[in-house]
Amino acid sequence: MTSSVDSYVTICSYDDLIPGRGVAALVDGRQIALFRLYDGSVYAVSNLDPFSGAYVLARGLVGTHQGTPTVASPMYKQRFDLRTGRCLDTDEVSITVYPVRVHDGQIEISVEAARNVA
Amino acid sequence: MKTLVLVGHGMVGHRLLERLVESDTADQWRIVVFAEEPRPAYDRVRLSSYFDGVTLDELRLGDDEFFTRHGITLRLGERVEAIDRSAQTVTSSAGETVAYDVLVLATGSYPFVPPLPHRDATGCFVYRTVEDILAIEEYAAGCRTGVVVGGGLLGLEAANALRILGLATQVVEFAPRLMPLQVDEGGGAILRRHIEQLGLTVHTSVRAEEVMVDEAGRVCGLRLADRDEPLTTDLVVFAAGVRPRDELARSAGLEVGPRGGIVVDDACRTSDPNIFAIGECALIGGRVYGLVGPGYSMADVVAAQLTGQTRQAFTGADTSTKLKLMGVDVASFGDALSQAEDALEVAYTDSVAGVYRKILVDTEGKLLGGILVGDASSYASLRAQLGTKPAQSPDQLVLPPSEGGTPAATGADLPDAATVCSCVNVSAGAIRAAVREQGCVDPAGVKRCTKAGSGCGSCVPLIKTLVDAELEAQGITPSKALCEHFEYSRAELFEIIQITGIRSFVELVSRYGQGEGCEVCKPTVASIFASLGSGHILDGEQAGLQDTNDYALANLQKDGSYSVVPRIPGGEITPDKLIVIGQVAKEFGLYTKITGGQRIDMFGARLEQLPLIWKRLVDAGFESGHAYGKAVRTVKSCVGNTWCRYGVQDSVGLAIALELRYRGLRAPHKLKFAVSGCARECAEARSKDVGVIATEKGWNLYVAGNGGFSPRHADLLASDLDTETLVRTIDRFLMYYIRTGDRLERTARWLERLDGGLDHVRDVIIHDSLGVAAELDAMMAAHVAGYQDEWRAVLEDPERLRRFVSFINAPGTPDPSIQFVPERDQIRPATEAERRSLPLMVVS
Ligand code: SRM
Ligand SMILES: Cc1cc2nc3c(=O)[nH]c(=O)nc-3n(C[C@H](O)[C@H](O)[C@H](O)COP(=O)(O)OP(=O)(O)OC[C@H]3O[C@@H](n4cnc5c(N)ncnc54)[C@H](O)[C@@H]3O)c2cc1C
Ligand code: SF4
Ligand code: FES
Repeated sequence: MTSSVDSYVTICSYDDLIPGRGVAALVDGRQIALFRLYDGSVYAVSNLDPFSGAYVLARGLVGTHQGTPTVASPMYKQRFDLRTGRCLDTDEVSITVYPVRVHDGQIEISVEAARNVA
Repeated sequence: MKTLVLVGHGMVGHRLLERLVESDTADQWRIVVFAEEPRPAYDRVRLSSYFDGVTLDELRLGDDEFFTRHGITLRLGERVEAIDRSAQTVTSSAGETVAYDVLVLATGSYPFVPPLPHRDATGCFVYRTVEDILAIEEYAAGCRTGVVVGGGLLGLEAANALRILGLATQVVEFAPRLMPLQVDEGGGAILRRHIEQLGLTVHTSVRAEEVMVDEAGRVCGLRLADRDEPLTTDLVVFAAGVRPRDELARSAGLEVGPRGGIVVDDACRTSDPNIFAIGECALIGGRVYGLVGPGYSMADVVAAQLTGQTRQAFTGADTSTKLKLMGVDVASFGDALSQAEDALEVAYTDSVAGVYRKILVDTEGKLLGGILVGDASSYASLRAQLGTKPAQSPDQLVLPPSEGGTPAATGADLPDAATVCSCVNVSAGAIRAAVREQGCVDPAGVKRCTKAGSGCGSCVPLIKTLVDAELEAQGITPSKALCEHFEYSRAELFEIIQITGIRSFVELVSRYGQGEGCEVCKPTVASIFASLGSGHILDGEQAGLQDTNDYALANLQKDGSYSVVPRIPGGEITPDKLIVIGQVAKEFGLYTKITGGQRIDMFGARLEQLPLIWKRLVDAGFESGHAYGKAVRTVKSCVGNTWCRYGVQDSVGLAIALELRYRGLRAPHKLKFAVSGCARECAEARSKDVGVIATEKGWNLYVAGNGGFSPRHADLLASDLDTETLVRTIDRFLMYYIRTGDRLERTARWLERLDGGLDHVRDVIIHDSLGVAAELDAMMAAHVAGYQDEWRAVLEDPERLRRFVSFINAPGTPDPSIQFVPERDQIRPATEAERRSLPLMVVS
């Protein structure tokens, strides 16, 4: 884990990510789910599934719904918008989204700038 | 335990039994049923479909096991001849006397035969029972002409039967029109034209006066009143109405109506409080109902009382009817022939097209009833709107679209209170709830949950409309499309993948779909790839498509940990292997449990532990049990003839052989098997997708059984097979299902959905009616040859192994959120409260 000046933390190399799948990362004690989509884009959200209370979202299947990139919880299948964290199936629920970028072939996440749209 | 005696095993009697066993959780009743007919209850309403090729078996209500399962005694071919009310006993035609606490009379009706001379002559028939229609069929073989006395619903069904049997058929009706109880003059005229176009001769406003017989005493004609020329005929069917069978009640001194029918109150109780009467024999609210729907309601009322539920009352019934007769739709609903002063009539007639539509509304525009002939497509939705003011004006409702009509509402906007299925009395609201709350997605599902559609079936199209609308409201597309990315069903995608040879999701979705895919289509396509033998499921792009469980080759638990299930073929395991499982579980601190599938599940493994656990297991000779896949699970076995004194074949040996043959096979849903060594069936094979039961001569093969949410007994596909034929038949059954099944459709639902059902499957896989048997055989051969243990392959490949970590940036760190507490000497997941308050419990 190398901290850079602007609060972004390096997680892993971009090539470690399998297109269409997620991985979990541990940053400052927080569990983060990281996804790479087929189109090459990368998203980071909280790994905590608010419906089951288990840290499993990284293991969900990603896809698109009406153009929205989503992950479906592997537990009870609720889908979350990867860009905003909003749950597509229950309006009131949302998850934290983390800023993520690819820098020199490395994935970097900022936990400080995290936003929660709820 | 109290005794319930039921007299009559007809449609309504059977309904009572079904309702009793459903709600009689306390097993309060010992039930004895007397049935005069030689066969158990059947669908009398669909009796005529026998002539369209429906078999007697298909007409049957319930199955053999219904009675054994619920401990009900059924005395077939035994009529009750007397009731002794003071002793509370009945005496049967076999001389048996049975005591009752409660007696239910469900004796139905008998056909009314007008008192004509020679009405009992050879060649005279009635039209009520299976025995009647079999007798007509047999006798008609030697006849050329037939006459039906009665032009009502039954008479026209009988006339159609004679027509199908090849007789020149005439109908004689006393009233001035056909179906006088259901349609008016205008409708009757259109109906008559249709019937005549089919080559039948119709006589209305005539009375049959005498059956004429030849010297051998056989029918040779029918003389009509006020007509010089008698009709020449070889056969006469009387369908001139029915009368309630109240003779038994009458001789027991129960109150009967002046024109027949056993008098009951709104709880269906007769004048003797220990005796109920239901169905066509009952006179309730001053009338006798000749339809099955009201009878079913009465059965429900009685079942509720006998099982101590809140008192229900019979509140009258809908006498709407709809039938398709010789291709002609005829329907009447509500007060179709109303004479009420304020009833306003709006009718539309098109004699050329043969369409008649009439509706009756009151002065406020509320729908009172109507008649439809020639086109009854709006029947179900109009009937459901009875008593309400439809959105359209009356003339819009009857006019054809070309003349400004708006055909009755699609039904999607019906109010929740509207009755959709009047046979079973199910409202639109209840159907919507079944979709919303019970997850029903089609009329078949709704039928299972609510019984709607299980009577005459006329409401099924409306149920489909409602289900689709409700699904749509929930954002689910009710079409066959798999999801928004593919417009094809799973079966169609299977064909596409098989024919094009495409083995890449990205290519498939770009050529045959749109977008990126989702959690529905990806695993479906992954499963199809796997069924077609495409290497390891975690290879290349396939890895991205797998469901969570398949991706981890383990089953996700509620806390994010995994379970491990090694294959134990047939449930047979050596002591050494048992010891290994014990040692591994102990070493990794796993919870162990014997599963319902005759193997051992180990729970509480973290992602990064899975390869370590599996290394130990694979080294000891275990392999993946595929508990995580929509794949072949277990082949359960009983101990069989090696040890069991009743066994006739080696069931364990066969179970192991089958499990090893089909292991790893992926399918639309999971597949379960069992093999029993004799008819005692200790392996419960008939609850499995594939069940094999040993016989003296070989094996009986049962298919499409299911436990789970909607249990179903498997059907016998073939009997006394030798092992080779058995295996070939199972090969084809499995592959045909894999090719044509829908996503997440178990074999039970698949077989129920398939046109032609079991017979069709038998045709395809035994008689090769589609010419695909060789292809199915080849597919299975490829699967068997290509099998590899998924876990061994992962352990041998560092690339695949790399994925088994909790955190990509901290591979050595275990997931801190997974915590256990002890219970009954093992671990269980900590509850959320425990997780917050307890120090970490580390299991080394
Ligand atoms: C472990 C076990 C219970 C046990 O402790 O005995 C079990 C556990 C689960 N069953 Fe089961 N079923 C188990 C035997 C059964 C049986 C009995 C049998 O196979 O003889 C049935 C009824 C028979 C049948 O399938 O027709 C059964 C009917 C279901 C169903 C309902 C299927 C249906 O058609 O309605 C589900 C849900 C589903 O698959 O969609 C289900 C789903 C599950 C899931 C996968 C639920 C889930 O998603 O987590 C459970 C996974 C537990 C795990 O991690 O291993 N399980 N499940 C049994 C494993 C057997 C094995 O060795 O593989
Ligand atoms: C050809 C045909 C078509 C029909 N079409 C329709 C339709 O489209 N829609 C509709 O709603 N209805 C229709 N019906 C009517 C429907 O079948 C009846 O309403 C329904 O069967 C009534 O059920 P039940 O149980 O009261 O009588 P049943 O089904 O007649 O059963 C009564 C049983 O009791 C037995 N029984 C009588 N006395 C004794 C005794 N003393 N001891 C032992 N057993 C006895 C009888 O043998 C019989 O098996 C049709 C009927 C027929 C014949
Ligand atoms: S019955 Fe339900 S709770 Fe029990 S194992 Fe099966 S799925 Fe889980
Ligand atoms: S209305 Fe007859 S089955 Fe529903």
